[in-house]
Amino acid sequence: MALPKPEELVPKSYQPPPTDWMDIPVKFRRGTYLYGARAKNLEAVGLPNPREWSPEDEDWKLPANWQEIILEGLRERLGRFRSLQIFMDCCVRCGACADKCHFFIGTGDPKNMPVLRAELLRSVYRREFTTAGKLMGKLFGARELTVDVLKEWYYYFFQCTECRRCSVFCPFGIDMAEITMIGRELLNLVGCNIDWIAAPVANCYRTGNHVGIEPHAFKDMVDFCVDEIENITGIRIEPSYNRKGAEILFIAPSGDVFADPGIYTLMGYMMLFHEIGLDYTFSTYASEGGNFGLFTSHEMMKRLNAKMYAEAKRLGVKWILGGECGHMWRVINQYMDTMNGPADFLEEPVSPLTGTRFTNASSTKMVHIVEFTADLIRNNKIKLDPGRNDHLKVTFHDSCNPARAMGLLEEPRYIIKNTCRHFYEMPENTIREQTFCCGSGAGLNSDEYMEMRLRGGLPRANAVKYVHDKYGVNMLACICAIDRVVFPALMDYWVPGVGVTGVHELLGNALVMRGESLRETDLRGEPLPVNDGEAKEDA
Amino acid sequence: MGMAFSFILVVILILIVALGVLVPGLQYFFAVVVPYAALLTFLAGMVMRVLKWARAPVPFRIPTTTGQQRSLPWIKASALDNPSTTAGVIGRMALEILLFRSLFRNTRLELHQGSRLAYHWEKWLWLGALLFHWSMLLVVLRHLRFFTEPVPGFVTLLADLDGFFRFGLQGLYISGVTFLVAVTYLFLRRVLIPQLRYISLPADYIPLFLLLGIGSTGILMRYFYRVDVTAVKELTMGLVTLQPVVPDGLGMLFFIHLFLVSVLAAYFPFSKLVHMGGIFLSPTRNLPNDSRARRHINPWNYPVPVHTYEEYEEEFRDKMKLAGLPVEKEG
Ligand code: HEM
Ligand code: SF4
Ligand code: SF4
Repeated sequence: MALPKPEELVPKSYQPPPTDWMDIPVKFRRGTYLYGARAKNLEAVGLPNPREWSPEDEDWKLPANWQEIILEGLRERLGRFRSLQIFMDCCVRCGACADKCHFFIGTGDPKNMPVLRAELLRSVYRREFTTAGKLMGKLFGARELTVDVLKEWYYYFFQCTECRRCSVFCPFGIDMAEITMIGRELLNLVGCNIDWIAAPVANCYRTGNHVGIEPHAFKDMVDFCVDEIENITGIRIEPSYNRKGAEILFIAPSGDVFADPGIYTLMGYMMLFHEIGLDYTFSTYASEGGNFGLFTSHEMMKRLNAKMYAEAKRLGVKWILGGECGHMWRVINQYMDTMNGPADFLEEPVSPLTGTRFTNASSTKMVHIVEFTADLIRNNKIKLDPGRNDHLKVTFHDSCNPARAMGLLEEPRYIIKNTCRHFYEMPENTIREQTFCCGSGAGLNSDEYMEMRLRGGLPRANAVKYVHDKYGVNMLACICAIDRVVFPALMDYWVPGVGVTGVHELLGNALVMRGESLRETDLRGEPLPVNDGEAKEDA
Repeated sequence: MGMAFSFILVVILILIVALGVLVPGLQYFFAVVVPYAALLTFLAGMVMRVLKWARAPVPFRIPTTTGQQRSLPWIKASALDNPSTTAGVIGRMALEILLFRSLFRNTRLELHQGSRLAYHWEKWLWLGALLFHWSMLLVVLRHLRFFTEPVPGFVTLLADLDGFFRFGLQGLYISGVTFLVAVTYLFLRRVLIPQLRYISLPADYIPLFLLLGIGSTGILMRYFYRVDVTAVKELTMGLVTLQPVVPDGLGMLFFIHLFLVSVLAAYFPFSKLVHMGGIFLSPTRNLPNDSRARRHINPWNYPVPVHTYEEYEEEFRDKMKLAGLPVEKEG
């Protein structure tokens, strides 16, 4: 599909149209919507109304009583989630959230203002669950649930990356991510998921990971990285799989196993583990850190997440270490223990190298690898030569979930500063808790959605461009597998000349390993800058 | 449309009371029956609303973290923006409720030179909101002098401080002025900012018009068409002591003022004004980010179908064995 030029993609203005938003029907234009879930992917996990359909069809082949199903589903969720009730009742339409969403910034579409995205559902809530809405109808912002409304939900709830940026600015903490999650749950009740989420869910359920890699192939892919590491360092690493009695179960997002440039991050993890002699194992059954169930329903999130604890228990490990992934950590930090705990068969995580107790993870028993590595560096347990990253001018993208659903802000920066000598922050309104989404999160990272992804990624790319122009930044570091998959295209489009890396790839490059041969290339096989003294840099 | 509708609605309300009190006998209705009914509706409505919220569980710990988490001891955690303790949460909530902390982060987006995004300083909403709410609180507290006898010391003190400046012979209550200015600002902003106008419903204009009506009748009564304060106090003390009498000389302005306040109170529990209660219960703000350290319990956590390891191995056993991966069962 031909993409418009960057100048054409930037919205001309943010003025809303003269027509009231309720009177503007949704249009499904290629590049701006995602394909509907295939029947086989819904059937694989027993989700309702499997069928072949397309959002462009007039007839969505909904069950005859679809309205009843959705309204009953909404009633049930209002009873289950206080968040939903508060968020439906308390918005004062102050507009503070309006220009905070990357999709609004990238499209200028008023329904991408978080407040209006919420009104899409709230209008139906008013009509069905409030007296004023029942009596006054449209005048009070209430409307009936029609097929057009359902289509609008589909379009805009799959045009929200659940990034929570809006919720940072809302005086009542109204979190569109929560509303979107529940909106998607409702859509799923009548079979209206997108295939880009349904397929990974089905795969993950059966094979343990989103891409559907079977156990032997998983091993092959990791072994491929082992060979690469040997080529570069001369050191042969021997990872283990499904090994009982290992001290630690390591779970990474599968994107790091099969996708470029994620594999370099995987190489970084493995080099580190080898160097410190960590007693760990991979699992092919729990071979996915990510969880597209989070983008489907709370129930599906729980069903997929269950494998982590189940596998840790089967293998008899002491605790779990998790790789660099964004939404994976939203699940682990805010849901896993509640859903699938208590993990009383595990122990409070202790770093075998430094003796540090991770008391912040004493109940889930799962530690983030950047917490683990930051602690190693702090305690001088590894030797680093940041000079090997001298060809890189690095900036750091805070991924939405670690930033706004966890607060993992300093740990990755600490690792970067110890592995690179040229680190530049993007402007302060675009990082840390105010970070801008990559525009492709929450299951929207499909190719057919490229135009919308580029639009959603505009604010992030704009901030990268700022440091690229000002400091010559040429590498965007991140701690999220989806970021690593989606940013290369985004950068090529908006800021050519900027690459994408995981933090542990930077670490792998800088890590001085015992017995290694002289490194001639970095992990990507590209020649290292001639290391003729640090003096040149300082001059 | 929303604005016109709301404006006409409030005008009609004013006409109803203005004409109504001219009808003999209806004064009692507007001075006694309506305020009592409004108060009851307000109290019952708010209690029901809050109970309804409180009955819904908080299944997951979902604070929006806006600062560094507590992790390693040498990394400084952000105790208020990402609290990990109850004390931290109380601090965070106090900042939200008393100072509108989140609103303070507000910025304004602008597009420069066709494609450069910039986020500008924009604290006006925060300032206007704070001014409005604090002024209103002061005004409400000052009104306690009508409902108490003897008037508590702090009410007199507040009134004295508030009325430090003079307007003619009497003290000018600053809070009354800032209240009107702030509500006017909130109204203008809603009308003048295109995006805000676009999202606004009658439900957003109604409270603003009511508040403008209440504020301006109040100011008129105090500085321009003096109301008989003794008569008002007779009425209000009668209401408080449940022995209502309607004294003579209350005046048209007073009836309008009282009626609009009553309407606002009765409207309150069924409108967005419930944000007053909701802000205390918002799960993205009032929970500590400690769900990795302490297990949060979901009361409706139900078992779900999962794909077990046994089922997995059953499907892939041969491939696993061929690849040298350990298996549980050989056969
Ligand atoms: C705990 C008490 C309260 C807190 C923390 C609170 C907080 C807030 C905040 C943060 C806003 C958004 C900013 C703004 O638009 O001004 C707001 C809006 C508003 N509040 Fe409150 N509020 C409280 C009580 C009340 C009460 C008692 C009223 C009575 C009428 C009220 C009336 C309004 C109105 C009308 C708006 C919308 C203003 C607009 O249209 O822009 N609030 N409140
Ligand atoms: S910031 Fe919050 S209260 Fe204001 S419009 Fe957005 S969701 Fe509503
Ligand atoms: S969660 Fe993110 S994508 Fe969704 S409405 Fe809020 S800012 Fe936009």
